[in-house]
Formats: sequence, C-alpha cells, structure tokens
Amino acid sequence: MPKLLVLGAGTAGTMVANKLRRRLDRREWQVAVVDRDDAHHYRPGYLFVPFGTYRAEDVVRSRHHFLADGVDLVLGEIDRVDADGDEVLLADGRRLAYDYLVIATGAVTRPDQTPGLLGREWRRSIFDFYTLDGAVALGEALAGFDGGRLVVHVTEMPITCPVAPLEMTFLLDAWLRTRGIRDLVDLVYVTPLDGAFTRPVASAHLGGMLEDRGIALEADFAVERVDPERKALVSYDEREVPFDLLVTVPLMTGAGFVGRSGLGDELDYVRVDPHTLLSVDHDNLFAIGDACDIPASKAGSVAHFAVEVFVDNFVQHVRGLAMTGSFDGHANCFVESGDDKALLIDFNYDTEPLPGKYPLPVLGPLSLLKETRANHLGKLAFRHVYWNVLLPGRRVPLPASMSMAGKHAPHEDQHEPQEA
Amino acid sequence: MPTTTIDGHRIQVDPEGFMTDPAEWSEPLAEALAAQIGLTLTDEHWKAIRFARQDFADQGESPTLRRASVVGGLPTKSLFALFPQKPAKKLAYVAGLPKPRGCV
Ligand SMILES: Cc1cc2nc3c(=O)[nH]c(=O)nc-3n(C[C@H](O)[C@H](O)[C@H](O)COP(=O)(O)OP(=O)(O)OC[C@H]3O[C@@H](n4cnc5c(N)ncnc54)[C@H](O)[C@@H]3O)c2cc1C
Repeated sequence: MPKLLVLGAGTAGTMVANKLRRRLDRREWQVAVVDRDDAHHYRPGYLFVPFGTYRAEDVVRSRHHFLADGVDLVLGEIDRVDADGDEVLLADGRRLAYDYLVIATGAVTRPDQTPGLLGREWRRSIFDFYTLDGAVALGEALAGFDGGRLVVHVTEMPITCPVAPLEMTFLLDAWLRTRGIRDLVDLVYVTPLDGAFTRPVASAHLGGMLEDRGIALEADFAVERVDPERKALVSYDEREVPFDLLVTVPLMTGAGFVGRSGLGDELDYVRVDPHTLLSVDHDNLFAIGDACDIPASKAGSVAHFAVEVFVDNFVQHVRGLAMTGSFDGHANCFVESGDDKALLIDFNYDTEPLPGKYPLPVLGPLSLLKETRANHLGKLAFRHVYWNVLLPGRRVPLPASMSMAGKHAPHEDQHEPQEA
Repeated sequence: MPTTTIDGHRIQVDPEGFMTDPAEWSEPLAEALAAQIGLTLTDEHWKAIRFARQDFADQGESPTLRRASVVGGLPTKSLFALFPQKPAKKLAYVAGLPKPRGCV
C-alpha cells in the first residue's frame, strides 16, 4: 500500500492531508501527518492578542479536530529526513517510511541569531508577536506602557506574512490614540527593505499611510546586534535606533531538520520548483507553505492557493503523468490599518499589488489597496472561514490563479527610478 | 527593455539600471558600473563580485546578503564597508546581475 507522509499539521499540511485523503483511494493509499503536538494555532489571530481582541484560547484548537477520517496523526518531533532511503526519523528514534513526502513544517522565528536579542531585555522591553507567548507578553507590556520610543522592527526578509509588522504598527498607533497617549510616543518602523513594503505601488501606498500617521520610517536597516545596555538596535553600518519598547520580528528560517537533511537553502527552506512545488532533488518529495523556497509571500492564503494547484498535480504525478497545473504565486492579504479598517492586497510572482476591486471586478465587495470597514470585517470573519472551510479542505469560491480583472495598473512613468 | 551606453559598452538594463543580460557583462564594464555608483574596485570587491557571478550561474538568482555570508564566506559587515548602504543591490549592480528579489 503506497504511503503518503505529510510533515507538519499546520495550515498547509492539514489542507494537503484532507484534500488528498479525498482524492486517493482508501483501499490503496495510507495517509499520515506528523506534528510535534496537538495544538493547531490560527497564527493570523496573534496580531489581535496584544490588544485583547482575541484571547490566547481563541486561536488554538486540537489538530485532531481538523483532520479527516482516514488520516493518521503521528505526534513526535521530526529530527531528519533520509530522502535517499525514503524514511523520516523522529527524535525519539521512531522511523516512518514513505513513498511520497510532503514537507509542510512552516517557518520559525530565530531570536538566537541576532546577538543581544535574547539578552536581559528579552520579554522585558523586547517582544515578538509571531509566537503566542510573545503576543500575550506584549499585551502585558503594553498595558504598562505610558510613553516613550515604541519601535516595530523586521530583522531580515523573507518573513511569514510580510504585512503583519505594518499591521502591528497601524494597530499600535490606533491603540495609543484611543488611550490618549499618542502624543507621548515616538512610533518608529524599522525595516531592511528600502521602503514600507516589497513592491513599489503597495510600498508607496503603505509608506504614505505611515507618514499620515506620523510614524517614522527607518529603511535599509540591516540589524547587526541589539545593545541591551543602551536599549538600541545597531545596524551593520553603525546606525542606532534606540527604543523603550521594541516589537521585533526576529530572523525567520525553515525547520532545522530541513537543513540537517540536506534539503534546504541557506535559510533551511526546501528547494522546490516554484510552479509545481516538487523538490529539485527528489522526485517523490514536495514542499508547500512557508517551508518552501518559492519567491512568493509566506502566507496562509498562498498556502491555500498553492494547495489547490498542488493536489491535482500530485495525483497526476503519482500516476506517472506530467503535472499540468502551474502555481503563479498568488497571494491575497488583508492589511489591518487601525480604527476598524483594513486594506486588501492581491498579487503574484509577476504582478504587484494594484488598486481595484476583489473578488468581482467593479463590484468587489472588497476594495484593493484602500482602507475600508468591509475589509476589516472580512479579516475578522476569516477566523471562522479558516477553522470551518479552509482547514477541512472544503471548496472556497475563490480562483487559485490571480486575475487582472478590475485592477488598474498605474502608468509606468509613475514609478520612481531608484538608485541602485 | 531599455538599453544604455556606459563607458562605450552598450547594455540592456531594467528601469532601475540593473543589467538584464549577464552575458553582456565584462570586467572592464564592472569598473565602469562601479564608477557610476562612486566605487573604485579593490581585490575585496572582486572577491565578492566573483562569488555573486558564480552563485547566479548556479542558482539563477542574485545572492542575498545572508547567502553571500553563509555560502560565499563574505562577512556582512565587510560587504557593508565595500558596498555602503545597500550592499546586496550594489553588488548585483556591479556584477551585472538582476536586482536581488525583494523577498515578498
Ligand atoms: C502574526 C501573524 C499574522 C499572520 N497573518 C496572516 C494573514 O492575515 N493572512 C495570511 O494568509 N497569513 C497570515 N499569516 C501567515 C500564516 O499563518 C502562515 O503563512 C501559515 O500558517 C503557514 O502555514 P504552514 O502550514 O506553511 O506552516 P504552519 O502553519 O506554521 O505549520 C507548520 C507545522 O509544522 C510543525 N513542525 C515544524 N517543525 C516540526 C518538527 N521538527 N517536528 C514536528 N512538527 C514540526 C509545527 O508544529 C506546525 O504545526 C500570519 C502569520 C503570523 C505569524
């Protein structure tokens, strides 16, 4: 009986297992998923935890609950993949053989990689919000914050959900205003990019939103270390950004076992073909979601659109047929902007986020690159969609490929040529 | 694709001035490109440029700073000294490679 093994029961792994369980004959195929624990986190919810919109319990559920009948959940820490021997080794010594492997173990923050970050200020004046503990601790710190330099910081790209730090900044700005202490705070956004975001139109738009809110932008900042004595970020070119409270997104990498297994790039992301997600080295190994090295956003929406294309391809591949689907890097992200509003951006490998309407051209109801209340409601409603529609692998009536319908591309000549 | 002439070399570039055909690059051209952004190339620069060219040939992508340090053994600090402010971009520019993908 051929065996499909999925590593990681997060967003991508759960969808893959559930969808393929339905597509692969039960009398023929065994499907198993490995994860270290039974706690599935709705990670987009972390953003709202420091502000009390969600409590920690609102964003965690049992993984068992979401896996279809006929999918085995193996609990254990993955230590290594022996891709030549078609086996996965767990830390407790168990060995799991497979015929086909899908790596969906996501990305993790690595605060240990920046000198000084885990020093005495960690979780005293320095917080992350990409872990649930971090988001809860940040909430506690904010409750006692009454003014000073509040710095939101991204260490290095790529990161999961590249808009999340901007959303955090906008939410902090709005929260400080409701508390009546915005005037007592210098709010600073520090990024290794040359602007607020990666792609020019959205970067200019989001950069304008920072400016409107009186948030300082410190661009091209490659952090070398954190100085806990002086409470400052120090860059490789010796610039300093002092802080009273730092909200940082540490360096992110794929799971350590990917590197140990010789499957990763320099950040432990699995090397795959960007259109089929098939490993560049092994013909029975795929990687999907944050774990792979495709040049798309690391986002749940990307995982979702990629799964749609991947499932058909997988079935073709195991039958010895050519894979006909081609993933285009489609991403679709709500960007919370504070005051119960949000923007929506929709883009892919080739096309940057542009203004327009989504999902229906002209009608929307959602507006692209524009702050609306409907977008905010969409973002909040998404938690329900995530648990009830997306994870169980039910059909979402959104096309996997990006569409240009309803989008306006600004004229080429509006692009500011940048200095090299 | 626009073309431009730098120091007598006719080359294809993208709207931001990055070369789009690595085959059009040559060592004398690198000197000219470096001069465009105010750099004079030293042996240390050349070490970085050779790594970037080779890595692009292997990977099909301009190296990031992390890649240059992890794979190329070029410390980030020294790349900042060699190519001030925007080392990954300036290195790709001088090495005749596309702009490093602004990871999305
Ligand atoms: C603050 C925040 C906000 C976000 N907001 C959005 C948003 O608005 N929209 C959006 O689309 N996306 C958003 N995202 C991104 C989204 O959450 C991720 O892209 C998505 O979870 C990636 O799915 P994945 O399956 O690749 O990885 P994950 O969901 O992280 O799953 C990986 C799984 O692998 C397991 N694992 C890893 N290593 C091992 C090991 N060695 N042994 C055993 N198990 C292991 C982990 O336990 C985990 O369950 C956000 C993320 C964050 C952090």
